[in-house]
Amino acid sequence: MTESDETLLSQHFEITGGDFNNAGKASTSIKEILQEIGIDSSITVRTSIASYEAEMNVVMYARRGELTLNITPEKLHLKLKDEGPGIKNIDMAMQEGFSTATDEMREMGFGAGMGLPNIKKNADKFELFSIPGKGTSLDIIFCLNKTEKK
Amino acid sequence: MTLKEIQELLQAEVIVGEDSLDEEIMFAGGSDLMSDVLAFGKPGLLLLTGLSNAQSVRTANIIETKAIMYVRGKKPDKAGIALAREKGIPLLSTKHMMYTACGLLFSHGLPGVSGLSYKK
Repeated sequence: MTESDETLLSQHFEITGGDFNNAGKASTSIKEILQEIGIDSSITVRTSIASYEAEMNVVMYARRGELTLNITPEKLHLKLKDEGPGIKNIDMAMQEGFSTATDEMREMGFGAGMGLPNIKKNADKFELFSIPGKGTSLDIIFCLNKTEKK
Repeated sequence: MTLKEIQELLQAEVIVGEDSLDEEIMFAGGSDLMSDVLAFGKPGLLLLTGLSNAQSVRTANIIETKAIMYVRGKKPDKAGIALAREKGIPLLSTKHMMYTACGLLFSHGLPGVSGLSYKK
């Protein structure tokens, strides 16, 4: 392991599918952590937005999920893994406006088909892997040595 | 425009943040869809919304809005009020509909998120 890969901070959050009362709590905690350790405010906002969208996707679509925050001297890595229906057509899911949301999800103010595109927009690097019927994992990476997105 | 001026213009009730009314608001945006607010909002925003659950306050906290103005006489639930107090986010409620509330603010000189402002 090189010095730049050294993990400075690691936090793990459990997310329960369908738990709209607690939806967003993990991302609120992540934002507090980033503010406490003095991460640049622009990166903090971009990370929080991506985290919140990813967390809401788990609450809305999956049975459960795990969100992990890892910070090294150079990168901030959000890793999300869920157990859920997965995404059948990733190209469609990445299009703004495409959504399979229910009325209940829309009543919560989500499900506009902006989530995944908005995560990608805010991240410096974004990877999505999904197996239909099993689940989805996201790797969302932010570079800490630049405040503006690439 | 200060939050106090906005409150008077929209005849709004202050639910949280009575002592923050001298805050200067530079721009505003309105939506009931939090996904859109997360996509198009910016820190410093005055958020006008009819979505009164706790997700409106969570979204406001995530993107660092200055305050929330609930429209159509909506009021946040207990969880939303508690979170707003904890995070110091002023909450107000006006009886005006979304269109009227936004129109009143825009025509009195408060720009939108894009910076577009009213010209007579």
